[in-house]
Order: sequence, then C-alpha cells, then structure tokens
Amino acid sequence: MSVLVFADSAEGKFKKSAFEVVSFGKKVAEQLGSHLVVLTINANKNEELYVYGAEKVVAVSNDSLKTFNAKAYASAINQVAAAQSASVVILDSSIDGLFIAPMVAVALNAGYASNVVALPSATNPFTVKRKAFSSKAFSNTVISSDKKVIGVAKNAYGIHENPVSGTTETFDVSISDADLKIKSVKIEKITGQVTIADADIVVSAGRGLKGPENWGMIEELADVLGAATACSKPVSDLGWRPHGEHVGQTGKPVASNLYIAIGISGAIQHLAGINASKVKVVINTDPEAPFFKAADYGIVGDAFEVVPKLIEKLKAFKQA
Amino acid sequence: MKILVCISHVPDTTSKINFTENDTVFDTNGVQFVINPYDEFCLTRAMWFKEKQGATVTVVNVGNASTEPTLRKALAIGADDAIRVNMEATDGLSVAKQLAEVVKSGGYDLVLAGRESIDYNGGMVPGMLAALLDFNFVNGCVGMEVDGTSVSLSREIDGGNESLATALPLVVAGQKGIVEEKDLRIPNMRGIMMARKKPLNVVEPVDAESATMVQSFEKPAPKGSVKLIDAENIDELINLLHNEAKVI
Ligand SMILES: Cc1cc2nc3c(=O)[nH]c(=O)nc-3n(C[C@H](O)[C@H](O)[C@H](O)COP(=O)(O)OP(=O)(O)OC[C@H]3O[C@@H](n4cnc5c(N)ncnc54)[C@H](O)[C@@H]3O)c2cc1C
Ligand SMILES: Nc1ncnc2c1ncn2[C@@H]1O[C@H](COP(=O)(O)O)[C@@H](O)[C@H]1O
Repeated sequence: MSVLVFADSAEGKFKKSAFEVVSFGKKVAEQLGSHLVVLTINANKNEELYVYGAEKVVAVSNDSLKTFNAKAYASAINQVAAAQSASVVILDSSIDGLFIAPMVAVALNAGYASNVVALPSATNPFTVKRKAFSSKAFSNTVISSDKKVIGVAKNAYGIHENPVSGTTETFDVSISDADLKIKSVKIEKITGQVTIADADIVVSAGRGLKGPENWGMIEELADVLGAATACSKPVSDLGWRPHGEHVGQTGKPVASNLYIAIGISGAIQHLAGINASKVKVVINTDPEAPFFKAADYGIVGDAFEVVPKLIEKLKAFKQA
Repeated sequence: MKILVCISHVPDTTSKINFTENDTVFDTNGVQFVINPYDEFCLTRAMWFKEKQGATVTVVNVGNASTEPTLRKALAIGADDAIRVNMEATDGLSVAKQLAEVVKSGGYDLVLAGRESIDYNGGMVPGMLAALLDFNFVNGCVGMEVDGTSVSLSREIDGGNESLATALPLVVAGQKGIVEEKDLRIPNMRGIMMARKKPLNVVEPVDAESATMVQSFEKPAPKGSVKLIDAENIDELINLLHNEAKVI
C-alpha cells in the first residue's frame, strides 16, 4: 500500500501547488503508517521534491502528455496507482486538478473529497475537512471506500520542508487514442501577468471605480506588488473587465495571502469567494460597506485619492 | 440531439448558512432553494440548441420530493420533460451512478452539468458521470458549438482559455460564458402554466453505495474586528502589512 501524490508541472517546471501536495502527502503517509510515492509527468528537476519529503519519485515522460490532457493524465495516474498499490491518491484542487480527479476516482471506485483544507483528522474512519457552501462553512467528510482520492485546497495546508534523500525511478505509461479524444486546438493566455490562481497577492476592484477607463491605477498597483488583478461580478458583467477576473461565489475562488478590495461593497456572494484569503484590506468611501466587517485592515476613503498615494508609497517602500 | 441537463437544487446565494442537530444537518429554515447558478447557464445553452438545432432537452435531479419545484422551474424556462431519481443525494459518486443509469436508459448524447454545486462544492459529479459512461468530458466550459457530432469548446485555464475539439457523446461541466448573465431567462406566465402539464417522471434509484458521508459541519472562526487606518496615513498601512501581517 502507498500514498500516491500527483505533483503537477507546466513546461517541465513544478507548480507551487506541487510542493504543497507533496508536503501534505508526506504527512498523510505518516498518519497511515504507509509510504509516499510522488508521480511527476515530464518534469525536469524531480529532485526538487525531495525537500518536501518525497522519498520516492516515479517520473513519467511521454510525448502524448506534453500538453495537458485531463483524460490522458488521469490514465497515467491510474496506471501508476495500480503499479504502486496506492490506497490514497492526492492531487491539488486547481482547475486542472479538479478536471482530472473525478476520472481517477471512478477508475479506483474511490470516494473523492475536493478542496480539503487540513490533514485528515482521523484515519479510521478516514475523515477530512473540506470547504462547503462556497467557503461559508466547512464539512468534516468521511471517505468510506477502500480507496480514496483527495484534492488539496490551495494555500490552506501550506508548503512544509521535510528533507529526505529521495530516489527517482522512471515509469512507462501507455496512452491510447481513446485517452486523447479531446484535442487541444489553441491556448490563449494573457502573458506577462500573474494569474489569480498563482498569485500571493490579488488586487481587486468593483463598481466603485466608475468605469473601465479607471483601471490603470489598479493595474499599476498590482504591478508594484507583483499581484494579479481581479474584479467583482457586475464589473465583468458590464464588460469593464474580462470574465476570467470575476471572483466570488459564482466566479473564481481566491486563496491568496493578501487580498485588496477597492470600491467593492462586500456582498455575501463576493465575500464567499475570497474568504480563504489570509489578509484582507478594504478601501471604500462608505464606512458602512459590509466589506469592513470581513476585512483585517480598512481605509475609509476615495479610491481615486488613496490608490495613487498607495502606489507612490509602495514604490518607495520597495526601493528602500 | 438528445440533451440531458443535470440540475442541482441549492440554497440561494444570499442564504445565511447555519446548522442544526449538533452541527450535523444544514438548517433549511428560511432558506430559499434555486437551480444551481452554473446549471442555469447550461440550461439556457441547452434551450438555444433546442431552438436553433432542434434538440430535445430533459432535466434531471437526484433528490427527494422537495426538489420538484426546482425541476418545475427548469420546465418553465423551457425544458421538455424532467426526471427525478428518488433518492437523498449525499455523495458525488453515488449520484453520478444514478445519473449514468438515466443517460443509458434515455440514450442522451449530450449531458450538460454545472462546474460545481454551490452547496457542497464537490465539483465531481460531471467528471465521474463521464468516466462511468466512457463519454468525452470537458470541465469548466465557457463556450461551445455543436455541428453534427463534432463539438468545439473552450474551457477556462489559469490566466486564459483553451480551445478544444471533440465529439459526441459528451459530458460538459459549464459555467458563465457558456451563455452570458444577460441571456438567462426568467420564466414567464405562459412558461409556468405549460410547466405544470409537462411530464416529471419519478424513477427509483439503482443500487449504489455511498463513498463519502458528511459527519459534521463547521463555520469559519469569527473574525476579529477591522483595523481602520486614516486615509492620510498610508505609511501606517504599509507598516502593518509588512511588520504585522507579514504579507508584503
Ligand atoms: C446569484 C448571484 C451570484 C453572485 N455572485 C457574485 C460573485 O461571485 N462575485 C461578486 O462579486 N458578486 C456576485 N454577485 C453580486 C453581488 O450580490 C453584488 O451585487 C456585487 O458583488 C456588487 O459589486 P460591487 O461591490 O463592485 O458593486 P456595488 O455593490 O455597487 O459597490 C460599489 C462600492 O464601491 C464604493 N465606492 C463608490 N465610489 C467609491 C470611490 N470613489 N472610492 C472607493 N469606494 C467607492 C461604494 O461605497 C460601494 O460600497 C452575485 C449575485 C447573485 C444574485
Ligand atoms: N443531486 C444531483 N442531481 C442532479 N445533478 C446533480 C446533482 N448533484 C450534482 N449535480 C450536477 O453536477 C454538477 C456539479 O455538482 P457537484 O459535483 O456536486 O459539485 C452540478 O452543477 C449539477 O449539474
């Protein structure tokens, strides 16, 4: 029996979530008195994972897996899970992780818990805490099937070093045409920008900004902080900003270290999506705006005065 | 084209979330239930296929009798008929197994579902359903067109979109973008009247064990109160973010 972790990479480089799921998987293996096996697909520096406790890395390299394909990735994971007699399979809960995991769960006839925020609180019955009601609550969920699939929520458990002297072995998987029936035609990415999923800091603005022409200062603030930009739902519905920036209960979830909300009232649906962020700052003219109840730090003031000053002061701070 | 739209019945997004019976049961007191917002986008897309490409549209829910008003609302929006699998939905895998039976017996070739239910946020039923049926599967879909049996789609990825090509039979888990907010339909009087006469078939579940079970719920720890900083004193904010919160 083993605990199998899938450590995701893009263009050979591990994603940050890979280090978090390996850290998590190491502890789960200890809890179960089992051992950890980490699967990587076309990754360049497998030894990077030893730092987080990966004593055994199974490295798959396969040209059919050069670009992400959920079903083919699921198939690779299933083949390694079988070869390593995995009883628990652990992935991240990113867009791609959420795409793969349900298919893995069916192949293993396993119960699946996504968006898990902490180590299992018990192993018998196997109990995990996960987000529910769009982060308005958590559920303690028992997985009762023999095999289990877990999706770890971003930035909840964290990255923990646990250095081991690891080994990497290669493994051949066979990817059939049936696994490749979804063809990627084109990938369009806004390059040179931090994505909301990756960002440690997110700068978000709402209808208080009055119009799309005023987003220059939001982008500049994000730039100074190395942050991603986001917005409230009406802002994307009005076409002021692209859909991909809409955060909240019905948009993207944000689990950053710092979330700065500018001219956003703090409606319950907005707050639901950003609850998982660690530190929240609000800038709003209205001291009664509900966001002040959810925030750690607040400035009652006009965004058009506060934001330019904040940019200027931050530039000075970064230079010092 | 025979389309099946999976409808989950969820608390309205404005609902206060509370629990009863020692935090083991969701408190439905005063809660209004609606069609899961992602499912509503998908249902609207299905209506376009019906109107422009002559598809038939069935809606399905796995749930107890309390979900029927939600299915009637989907019929009022324009679905042709509805199916309710008479079972308490508690676990993604067992729900997917029920839906797989419905798809097989009804011969559907396109299944539309939501990216996730906003109550339990599993994000698992559509992918599991596709795997059980051996159908193609696209998650997080923000646009799709069907031409014969060829399908072109786009899905959201981190920081952009990916265009995909595939074929029916297919399960799609959709979200806003598959149609826009402004395209959503509010049922009119005629729709509501007609919905009463449309078939809502109740079928009994097949045997399928649950793989997960909620033991209890918890609410997030209450937040301390906000620290207000004077708008003239931006240095103080930077100082707090750097030295106290340690996030910059
Ligand atoms: C089914 C459903 C799902 C929803 N899902 C989401 C979701 O996922 N995400 C989401 O964001 N919303 C969602 N909403 C919408 C939500 O209810 C609110 O309407 C929305 O969040 C409000 O956006 P806002 O704060 O930008 O705008 P407003 O509510 O208009 O607030 C603007 C704020 O800006 C402040 N302001 C004005 N001028 C200035 C200035 N010069 N400087 C500083 N502040 C200023 C005002 O005081 C006000 O607080 C959903 C709604 C429904 C019904
Ligand atoms: N009980 C159910 N009955 C019908 N469809 C469901 C049910 N539960 C989930 N779904 C569908 O699966 C999607 C994702 O749900 P979930 O996996 O629960 O997050 C929902 O948006 C629905 O389209």
